Amino acid sequence: MIDLHGYGPRLAEGALVTVEVAVLSLVLSVILGLLTASAKMSRSWFLHRLGTLYTTVIRGIPDLVLMLLLFFGGQMGVNVITDWLYYQFDIDIFININEFVAGVLTIGLIFGAYMGETFRGAFLAVEYGQIEAARAYGMNHWLVFKRVRFPQMMRHALPGLSNNWMVLLKTTALVSVIGLSDMVRIASEASKSTREPFTFMLLVGAVYLAIASVSEWGFARLQKRYSVGFGEAD
Amino acid sequence: MQALSEWFTELLADNTIFTAQTLGYYGSGLVTTVQLVFLSLIIGLVLAVPLAIGRSSQRRWIRTPIFLYTYVFRGTPLLIQLYLIYYGVVFFDGIQETWLWVLLEEPFVPALIAFTLNTAAYTTEIFRGAIKATPRGEIEAARAYGMSRRLMMRRIILPSAFRRALPAYGNEVIFMLHASAIASVVTIMDLTGAARFIYARYYAPFDAFLFVAAIYLCLTFAILYLFRYLEKRLLAHLKPLEQ
Repeated sequence: MIDLHGYGPRLAEGALVTVEVAVLSLVLSVILGLLTASAKMSRSWFLHRLGTLYTTVIRGIPDLVLMLLLFFGGQMGVNVITDWLYYQFDIDIFININEFVAGVLTIGLIFGAYMGETFRGAFLAVEYGQIEAARAYGMNHWLVFKRVRFPQMMRHALPGLSNNWMVLLKTTALVSVIGLSDMVRIASEASKSTREPFTFMLLVGAVYLAIASVSEWGFARLQKRYSVGFGEAD
Repeated sequence: MQALSEWFTELLADNTIFTAQTLGYYGSGLVTTVQLVFLSLIIGLVLAVPLAIGRSSQRRWIRTPIFLYTYVFRGTPLLIQLYLIYYGVVFFDGIQETWLWVLLEEPFVPALIAFTLNTAAYTTEIFRGAIKATPRGEIEAARAYGMSRRLMMRRIILPSAFRRALPAYGNEVIFMLHASAIASVVTIMDLTGAARFIYARYYAPFDAFLFVAAIYLCLTFAILYLFRYLEKRLLAHLKPLEQ
């Protein structure tokens, strides 16, 4: 058995934090991605430009720089807004941008841009005839989205989605840099104090690989589910 | 010109952050980032070519270790690989007495090793995909000419695989540029390191980080256009015919 010098429970807590950050930012990024895809496919010139600007700028900046900007600058920005609200309308609110919020917001924001591209391609892959048929049945926009476009889009989006998730999972390691006690931060603290970097870093690496393998299995099952009716070939 | 320089001086006069000194920090940070990215990409590329050939080998004992290497390095965060090499290098027995220590003492070399191993793993997989996608006809034609495996690799498979790998490799280069920001975590004064230093000194997050973000954005676009130009030149024969 590996000797963890009593760091075992803290590492497990850290692993939980990593998973929490990853899942929450996945949810955020999927929502942002759907919005971006809709904006980019919209007929409005402004929305189209806005979506393109978002995906281009976000994908051109390193994730760490964006995270530092949001973490150190976010509180300042929020304070300016809440101060203004207080002086103007006497509304007193306090919003705290801590490491967790900054981490989830940044990772969600970054992968929202990637998800946007994935979803856009997937929506375009759904045959237009399907949408016309749904309209002919008298479904409104929301119903067409819920019953026809979304389920069929998911089949095309899943491979890209699973790719993005794997990259997102690894990006969560960056939250340790802004001070959140995730798996990586605790492992690096432990390596410094016990002077055994190999034990802790290799262990954390193995946990990442394990999470990736489990999610790969999960995505394969989802893919199967969304490909119902399309045969095994896909 | 006179008006422009006056305007510029006025612009700089108003702030205490963007002085000649801090711009100097950014400048040397830019040099460090470019060095780190460029060196790791070049060495990674050189390593990746034989690895990709081995990865697509028929023999299992060649293929499997390379697969394990790429699987582990692609499946774990770069930050962990960096920590492992940066903290771990001290623990090789007697390394501090050898000449290598002069190099390894500085964080630059451990970071370079981590980045190189990481990009080599990704590039190996990109090349393997490209090698696998070689059209069968090209291989058959080469065989019909009586080429040996080596000659076929050199003359037919690799040149066409390199071209096919170009778009994916462009993405990898941009990914590496962005990943290099992590170097600042192990006290390297790269672009991000310079921004963190200036933030800590003036407590001005927007000025410090938005400025480097803009530099990274420009670098990204430069790489993007370079690869688009290369693709246009090298993949001209694959373009669909114009109607």
